[in-house]
Amino acid sequence: MTKEQLTGAELVIRGLEYLNVSTVFGVPGGAILPAYDPLYDSPIRHILARHEQGAGHMAEGYAQATGELGVVIATSGPGATNLITPLANALMDSTPLLAITGQVASTAIGNDAFQEAYTVGLSMAATKHNYLITDASEIPQVLKEAKFIATTGRPGPVLVDIPKDILNQVAAWVEPGDLDLPGYKPTTEPNPKMVQQASSLIKKSKKPILYVGGGIIHSKANNELFVLATKFNIPVVTTLMGRGAFPDGHELCLEMPGMHGNYTATTSIQNADLLIAIGVRFDDRVTANPSFFAQNAKVIHADIDPAEIGKVRDAQVPIVGDAKSVIKGLIEALGDEKLETENWVSELKEMKTEFPLSYKQEDKGPLKVPYVLEELQKLTKEEAIVVAGVGQHQMWVSQHWNFTEPNTWLNSGGLGTMGYALPAAIGAKTAYPDKLVLALDGDGCFQMTCQELITASTENIPIKIVVFNNGNHGMVRQWQKIFYNSKFSASELTHDTPDYLKLAESMGAVGLRMMEKSDIEKVFNKMLEINDRPVLVDCVVDPDDMVFPMVPAGGSNDQIIMNEEDLKNL
Amino acid sequence: MSERILSVLVEDKPGVLARVSSTISRRGFNINSLSVGPTNIEGRSKMTIVTELDAVEQVKKQLNKLVNVIKIVELDPNMTIETEVLLLKVSINKESQTSVIEKASLSNATSVDVGQDFAIFELTGSSKELDKFEALMKPFGIIEMVRGGRIALQSNL
Repeated sequence: MTKEQLTGAELVIRGLEYLNVSTVFGVPGGAILPAYDPLYDSPIRHILARHEQGAGHMAEGYAQATGELGVVIATSGPGATNLITPLANALMDSTPLLAITGQVASTAIGNDAFQEAYTVGLSMAATKHNYLITDASEIPQVLKEAKFIATTGRPGPVLVDIPKDILNQVAAWVEPGDLDLPGYKPTTEPNPKMVQQASSLIKKSKKPILYVGGGIIHSKANNELFVLATKFNIPVVTTLMGRGAFPDGHELCLEMPGMHGNYTATTSIQNADLLIAIGVRFDDRVTANPSFFAQNAKVIHADIDPAEIGKVRDAQVPIVGDAKSVIKGLIEALGDEKLETENWVSELKEMKTEFPLSYKQEDKGPLKVPYVLEELQKLTKEEAIVVAGVGQHQMWVSQHWNFTEPNTWLNSGGLGTMGYALPAAIGAKTAYPDKLVLALDGDGCFQMTCQELITASTENIPIKIVVFNNGNHGMVRQWQKIFYNSKFSASELTHDTPDYLKLAESMGAVGLRMMEKSDIEKVFNKMLEINDRPVLVDCVVDPDDMVFPMVPAGGSNDQIIMNEEDLKNL
Repeated sequence: MSERILSVLVEDKPGVLARVSSTISRRGFNINSLSVGPTNIEGRSKMTIVTELDAVEQVKKQLNKLVNVIKIVELDPNMTIETEVLLLKVSINKESQTSVIEKASLSNATSVDVGQDFAIFELTGSSKELDKFEALMKPFGIIEMVRGGRIALQSNL
């Protein structure tokens, strides 16, 4: 029997179908054109973004919400260079992504051909791995490898660059075989000896803290984490990437630590005698100056990426493995042990009451983001997927939104990519059309990728966007206020340009505006009612509001600035 | 700081040298020497990386993350056979000729080409021996010189 002969382009689409890809995000162009021809006839849904960066963030949002592979397609040259930001973002936040880019014909590579860029070189430091295809017959196997690398171990982005002549080359469809990756064998099962050592440290601890992050969410270990924390009465802090891994509102949940973490979460780490760090990387936004971080604590550090262990902080017990397996192992090793953590837990409980997050919303005064957020969550009956950009609004959402489920909080943590929220929300809503998806964005962020509102309208993806419009790059302004003597250099954007209502309308969305407290309920209820189009709420807020608590970069987590008053003592 | 020698087994695939060197420079690591060549196993190359870093554990871990890196062994300097090759072109004239040739031969360098006013020597040995030879030739006028990068094997495993 002769094997079915397909073009490289058809092999790409067949390969994606074979890998159960149902949705791709992208922008066509010259070099990738051959792939768009069979894509037209494929059951795979293609979302046409307005910019490749947007397409990339859409694929990331899809992946962050589902925990599965996100796929983005772009053309050569500028198409590929526009993807660098989402790739770097996905690498930092360990998001499984597959990027397929067109390349100029293999005969033209290196000749500075039209729309040629050295995509493999450019993306080398922004991907977990990448490929340049040199023969169409490689395509099915490489796509299978790429998905495997992107989704296993510590997940991340993988790019496959395919020259146009290879997309037109004819080769047989051969079902991909076993993978031959001698240099890629992630350790998922922890060494039992290390787990034993960890459990004996835990048994001796009087002040343990479970310091958990994105690794819990990637490994879908939230149920196991819940058992570990509640059975042995261990308080939990969830990092920015780990919000939702353990339910807010639970008495053991201390929520987010770090630069803008709440007082109790940050201080609990400082006072702990043991950190059980799982799926976290001791990021500088959590540790501040590492030499002052958790000075009295021993450290158990479990991560699937061995390079994270000992990178910032030495661990007394290093454990390489998947978070779920590690936690299961710990639960088993601890057996029916009763930890003496009662005093510790009640001490922290009192601390929470004594040092709550605070803000002041005056009846006639300008709107404060924390207040608006809390009101919005009250009006939202269902569990929403919440997506943020980067800056003040992001910190406020993480602080004030109650996250109870994993994969319901999407944001750009490591790279801090402004413009993430809107496209990522589109990606999430594509994956879950029946879920409420809220992009809670800043005006500076929104303006970086706002053209994707057109994508949401035209592709019928009715997300809801709240733009917290303070007319400024808020976090930049906050730093200028604190560290640059209120010299507001290039941080002002203006409140009224663009006119968000007209912008929304012109892009096929509904625009609403809220200016004061009395608008909130009416406007949000209207926003929540409209489900046939995207809705954008222009929420005009106080430009002078600042995010607290705050630990200045490079400072010590023992010195937390709680409010504006504290700034005077700086 | 003492030197650390890493022997890195990699897949012989396009771009692997770029990946390794990019990882090293991206993490701000310095290297003293890097050499790469084929091994007795088909499809596998070996890199010898010499560094002085305390952070060698991080280098190893970061390099290990590369999909094309198969295995990294840190060689024990006490049990390691290490060598390097040097080609050195030195100017000669009637007066210096004898002295150059004598010094080269005492250093165990082999003359591989001789012209009217120059000679090219090849020397294989430890980096120190190569340094010494270079110093010895310097007064005569080194025209051009190239070193092949250090390679190493553990003698008993």
